[in-house]
Amino acid sequence: MPDSDDLAAIRLTLELATVTTLLLLLLGTPLAWWLARSRSRWKGVMGAVVALPLVLPPTVLGFYLLITMGPSGPIGQLTQALGLGLLPFTFPGLVVASFLYSLPFVVQPIQNAFETMGDRPLEVAATLRASPLDAFFTVALPLARPGFLTATILGFAHTVGEFGVVLMMGGNIPGVTRVVSVQIYSRVEAMEYTQSHWLAGGMLLFSFLILLALQTFRPDRRRP
Amino acid sequence: MTIEARFHLAWPGFSLEVELRCPGQGVTVLFGRSGSGKTTLLRAIAGLERVPGGRLVVNGATWQDETIFLPTHQRPLGYVFQEASLFSHLSVRGNLEYGWRRTDKKQTAGFDAIVSLLGLAPLLERSPEHLSGGERQRVAIARALLTRPRLLLMDEPLAALDQERKNEILPYLEQLHETLEIPVLYVSHAPDEVARLADHLVVLGEGRVLGAGPLTEMLARLDLPIRLGEEAGVVLEAVVSARDAEWQLARVDFPGGGLWVRDKGLPIGHAVRVRILARDISLARHCVTGTSIINTLPVRVARLGEDAHPALCLVRLEAGGIPLLARVTKRSATALGLEPGHEIWAQIKAVALIA
Repeated sequence: MPDSDDLAAIRLTLELATVTTLLLLLLGTPLAWWLARSRSRWKGVMGAVVALPLVLPPTVLGFYLLITMGPSGPIGQLTQALGLGLLPFTFPGLVVASFLYSLPFVVQPIQNAFETMGDRPLEVAATLRASPLDAFFTVALPLARPGFLTATILGFAHTVGEFGVVLMMGGNIPGVTRVVSVQIYSRVEAMEYTQSHWLAGGMLLFSFLILLALQTFRPDRRRP
Repeated sequence: MTIEARFHLAWPGFSLEVELRCPGQGVTVLFGRSGSGKTTLLRAIAGLERVPGGRLVVNGATWQDETIFLPTHQRPLGYVFQEASLFSHLSVRGNLEYGWRRTDKKQTAGFDAIVSLLGLAPLLERSPEHLSGGERQRVAIARALLTRPRLLLMDEPLAALDQERKNEILPYLEQLHETLEIPVLYVSHAPDEVARLADHLVVLGEGRVLGAGPLTEMLARLDLPIRLGEEAGVVLEAVVSARDAEWQLARVDFPGGGLWVRDKGLPIGHAVRVRILARDISLARHCVTGTSIINTLPVRVARLGEDAHPALCLVRLEAGGIPLLARVTKRSATALGLEPGHEIWAQIKAVALIA
């Protein structure tokens, strides 16, 4: 059976995934909107930056985050100057790292949804007296709902499933930064295979259910 | 009461050079082939296409000039797109209410009145995906009307529909034409829509206005032959004046005289449109009797012009100030000695009642 350490790791993981997903939806939506609709030449660059975590080894991302947020890194100095202290090896640090690591999984489905919808619904809204902001909330967001559903599920699941970035950025502090994936690693290191099975099996089941949910809610699935 | 538009824009491979003045009432059809700039002009008028330096005044209100550019959502217009473009996340009612809620209620025509005008009451709670193409387009038209527009723009609203669906909607559009006073700019290249709906015709070609004027006048122009379908011909406004029950015929009067048409059951006094094709008019020096033709009118030759085939010519006639077009061979024209000003007789083989 999972012991209190395992439960703490599960709770922490869920907290991290929830906070990260909410932040991703909040900040990823305007970014996705811009990427979908801008004609700026910086769009390509920005799109590539957002997609980086898809191909980078998590350790590389974790390493640079650790450097920039560390005591002598630019962000580290900023957070210290603001009286926030240092981010590495803290929960907020994990959130920042997870945010960047899961960014493409949230931005891309939303961006796709905005792109698929095209200009027409917004033009229609404009001819019906809706200001651009009004149209965004009353037309674009509801029409992009399947994209948001995919983004939420993927963002949450991907944050739950990360390991490398978390280990680099958060270390392995019980109750603070030790998430499930790291807990499994520690259990295996300590040859506690029974405990590992509980957690690893749980993760397997969780991942399968997530993917099953995605298949069921596929936006392109036509109703009969 | 006029709509004045001036738009100049140049895109790679396309330019629009339009200066246009059209009446601020009735239906003005923007007519032309695809690529002639009809839709671009309509989008510019709606503010969906931003044309710097453009100018647009609608019945006295400036929507755009050197210093003003009202964004689309601040222009009191209605727009019906070629595809109905209903919001799929809203019910029919939700779609109709979207613009209606955003418009000053005091100015807004009664919701129920518009709903019943377009026959939508039974559909209100449905989702757009469960509507036929014709029903969707009717919802789109009602949705635009419910914002109480001061100008209604329609971009080939029937082009995406098959003939059956078109015939289902055209009566609604004709009814709008009769009951509402909103000026309509209607993009089309479909002859039947032009014949049935247009009061005023603007012919566009390659981004330029080739001609503009009242429908009948425009259809009778020899320098700009407009084919409604295969054939040149005119459309006249007339009124049902008599019905002959014995022969199932109805008489319709226009300023040039009376014409007998097949009786479609319209009451006396009803305004109708009739179409007379150039190929259905033959010309005679005298009023000929002893023929099967029942419609013969005294007319005056106004002008002669070329037709598509060198053997033929188009003759513009005038009957009571209303123009008609006749197609005859050049040989006949010479044999008859047709000259502008001659008083002759037009024998009309077929008159089609279109509405």
